[in-house]
Amino acid sequence: MASRTSDPVVAGPSPSARPLRDTASDGLKIVIVGGFGAGKTTMVGSVSEIRPLSTEEVMTQASVGIDDPSGVRTKSTTTVAFDFGRISLDDEMVLYLFGAPGQERFWFLWDRLFSGTLGAVVLVDTRRLADSWYAIDRLEHYGLPFVVARNNFDAPEHSLDQVREALSLNPDVPLLDCDARQRESSRDVLIALVRHLHSLSSEETHS
Amino acid sequence: MTRRPVDSGDPDRLYTVTGGRTRSYEQSFDLVTLIVKESEPSPGMQSEHVRILRLCARPVAVVELASLLDLPIGVVKILLCDLLDSGRITARHPQSSGRGAQLPLPETLKRVLVGLQNL
Repeated sequence: MASRTSDPVVAGPSPSARPLRDTASDGLKIVIVGGFGAGKTTMVGSVSEIRPLSTEEVMTQASVGIDDPSGVRTKSTTTVAFDFGRISLDDEMVLYLFGAPGQERFWFLWDRLFSGTLGAVVLVDTRRLADSWYAIDRLEHYGLPFVVARNNFDAPEHSLDQVREALSLNPDVPLLDCDARQRESSRDVLIALVRHLHSLSSEETHS
Repeated sequence: MTRRPVDSGDPDRLYTVTGGRTRSYEQSFDLVTLIVKESEPSPGMQSEHVRILRLCARPVAVVELASLLDLPIGVVKILLCDLLDSGRITARHPQSSGRGAQLPLPETLKRVLVGLQNL
C-alpha cells in the first residue's frame, strides 16, 4: 500500500530523502477531487516535493440490513484509499495535497479526514463530465470553496463556457484549463484556488 | 522470517495492534498534525511504537506515518495517543486551518500564495 501509485509516470524522492524542516509546525490541506482517470495522482505528483504516497482509512459502520426481514444488525467495513503529496511553503507551513476519489463512500469519511481543509480542486475530465457533478454537489453541501480545473490530455473539444454550462457552475466559481502533468500548470491551479479563497476571506473579514 | 507489515484487511490483527481500543482517542490528531519524537525507543516497547519513533526524528505528518507504516490512519492515531501520553512524542497541530466553518485569515492565505509562487 505504502509505495503504490496508480500512475507509473509519477516519480520523485521518497519522504525519507526529503524530510521536513525541523521548524515545520503548521500543516495545511487542499483536496483534489476527481473521477477515475481524471489525473488526480498526476497533479499531486507534478507539484509534490515527494513522490505521491498512498494510504487508507477503514470505517466500520453498524447498520441494519434493510433487505433482511429478521432485522439482524450487521457491521460493514468501508475502506477508502487516497494519494497525497506535500509542498513545504516556508519554514513553518507545509501544504498537503490529497487526491481523493469522488465516489459516494468517500464522502462518509469527509468530516473525519478533511475537516479544516482550505479548499478543493475539482479536476474534470470532459469525456466524463458526469463524474464531477456529484463532487461539486457535495462540496457545495459542505460549504467548502473550490475551483474547477479541466485537465487537457489533448486539445479540448469544448470552450470553457460550454463546460461551465454543462456543469451548471455558479459564475463565482473559477474555471480554468490545466495540464496536470506539468508542474507549473498544476501550481497555477493551486494559485487560482488560493486567490479565490483569499478574495472570499477578505470579503468575510471586511463585512 | 522477515516481519511483514500488518495486513490491514484483517480486523483481528488491527485489534491486537491497538490493544482493542477504538475511536475515542483519535480526535487528538489531524491528518496533518506533525509528530516529532522526544526520546529513543526503549527495550520491550511494542514494535509499532518503535517504528514510529524511528521515523520521527524530524517532523512527520500523521498521514505520512500511516503510509510509511502501512496501517490505516485510525490505527496510527491510537498508537500515537500512547506515545503522546507517555511523553515520547510531541504533536504540532495545524494552526492556520482550525477556524471551524470560517475561511482562513487573508494573511494566512497570503503566506500560502507566496509559498506557491516561489515553487
